[in-house]
Amino acid sequence: MSDTLAGTKTATAGPTDGLAVLEQTRSAAETYGIPLAVLLEITHRCPLQCPYCSNPVELDRGSTELTTEEWKKVLGELAQLGVLQIHFSGGEPTARKDIVELVQHATDVGLYSNLITSAVLLTRDKLAALADAGLSHVQISFQGNEPVVADRVAGLKDAHRKKLEVAKWTRELELPLTVNAVMHRQNLHQLSDIIQMAIDLDADRLEVANVQYYGWALKNRAALMPTIEQIEETSRIVEEAQARLKGTLAIDYVVPDYYALRPKKCMGGWGRQFFNISPAGKVLPCHAAESITGLEFESVRSNHSIAWIWQNSEAFNRYRGTGWMPEPCKTCEFREADFGGCRCQAFALTGDAGNTDPACTLSPLHDEIFKQAMRESEGRESRFLYRNFAGGTLETGDRQDERQDKRNGA
Amino acid sequence: MAGRNISVSETSRPKLPRHAKLKFDETRQVWVILAPERVLAPDEIAVEVLQLCDGVRSVAEMADMLAAKYAAPRKAIATDVVAMLQDLADKGFLTEARENTA
Repeated sequence: MSDTLAGTKTATAGPTDGLAVLEQTRSAAETYGIPLAVLLEITHRCPLQCPYCSNPVELDRGSTELTTEEWKKVLGELAQLGVLQIHFSGGEPTARKDIVELVQHATDVGLYSNLITSAVLLTRDKLAALADAGLSHVQISFQGNEPVVADRVAGLKDAHRKKLEVAKWTRELELPLTVNAVMHRQNLHQLSDIIQMAIDLDADRLEVANVQYYGWALKNRAALMPTIEQIEETSRIVEEAQARLKGTLAIDYVVPDYYALRPKKCMGGWGRQFFNISPAGKVLPCHAAESITGLEFESVRSNHSIAWIWQNSEAFNRYRGTGWMPEPCKTCEFREADFGGCRCQAFALTGDAGNTDPACTLSPLHDEIFKQAMRESEGRESRFLYRNFAGGTLETGDRQDERQDKRNGA
Repeated sequence: MAGRNISVSETSRPKLPRHAKLKFDETRQVWVILAPERVLAPDEIAVEVLQLCDGVRSVAEMADMLAAKYAAPRKAIATDVVAMLQDLADKGFLTEARENTA
């Protein structure tokens, strides 16, 4: 439901950049070191049906989810491993009845916890209980700045109004707030208004995250891909707002990598700083990694500790560092700047996760893919394939919301 | 927006905002500031200054304390402390006690 850690976090450069400083303390042999943050997708159940959902197309059913005790054991292991931050995500993390208990446990073991939420299931009491349990930060996704566009993208009536209400409660409870705005061709015209909405909501931080095209988003690429004119306008608006709002509203900008020259440093490099745990307990180098066929992922339900999986498992070591790289990455001066881009995107677009990410202009496939994206961005397809457990539902003119709502849960 | 977009001066009484937590990381043996989607590693001086930022003490008082402790010129210390805190404030990792920001 959110692109939060989907690579391209624009970590601040300079001497106070924690990642850079922490990495310098590691020996060259330990190129991956101790993970900083882990995304816990505690459920894939979600009342929203966003067509760019970052969850895999094959969703984990509710019946396969880790139990409360299993998640608590995971949290304890992560703290011991040296992980500093936990992102409770989904699906919709508050669809789990034990969310307050899990946040409390994260606090008890010393983890800084973020809630990455669609907000629509939260009550004020539940949010207050989460604050009391030590929740450090709330991130709410927005699909637009007004209900007509936003509720259509979310595939849920009244979602936008509810999100605004929860954002207001978040600040009343003095919890820090990030507004996460996932941007694409059908809402980029609202960007200036979304920035103003974040200011009006007294948000501390705004993520302007262009959709990343794997999984559901790849299926919906023709309906979502922005035009190059939109991207140029977006960059201009973001840069102006960043300068104007310095110290008031921090704005992180995730560029659409199809239109970039170099690929994003996805996840900070495969298996270097971050990982994910899926609802069923798979330990994944990124949230889309299960889309790569042929890679086996270890589970927290196996006999191995999470530390062992992080250090030794085949899936984490396969694309770690630079040794796996083919040309043009192998001899490229940027190989440690971007680590060859995104493995999942390379797999989705070239059929081999070991290829250079075609988002890079040095990839032999870049021109073909870029031109196809440009054609799609100028095409007529605007209908969404909504995300659900039934493999997706194509938008129709007379959508029957009630019928679709029944497919949201596992 | 109270407490944000602050201009640090000797009369400021800064503190870390709720979303930024200063913590000693036992695993890595370094001080860290934890914030949304960020982990910063402040240097020793920054840690010492940040530990004085309680929302009550003024920057002038901090400069006095540090000048005495290190037997260093107060003016230079005050300049450095203000610059360091302003940098943190611009990045959203520092706020002021609310009653000061009307």
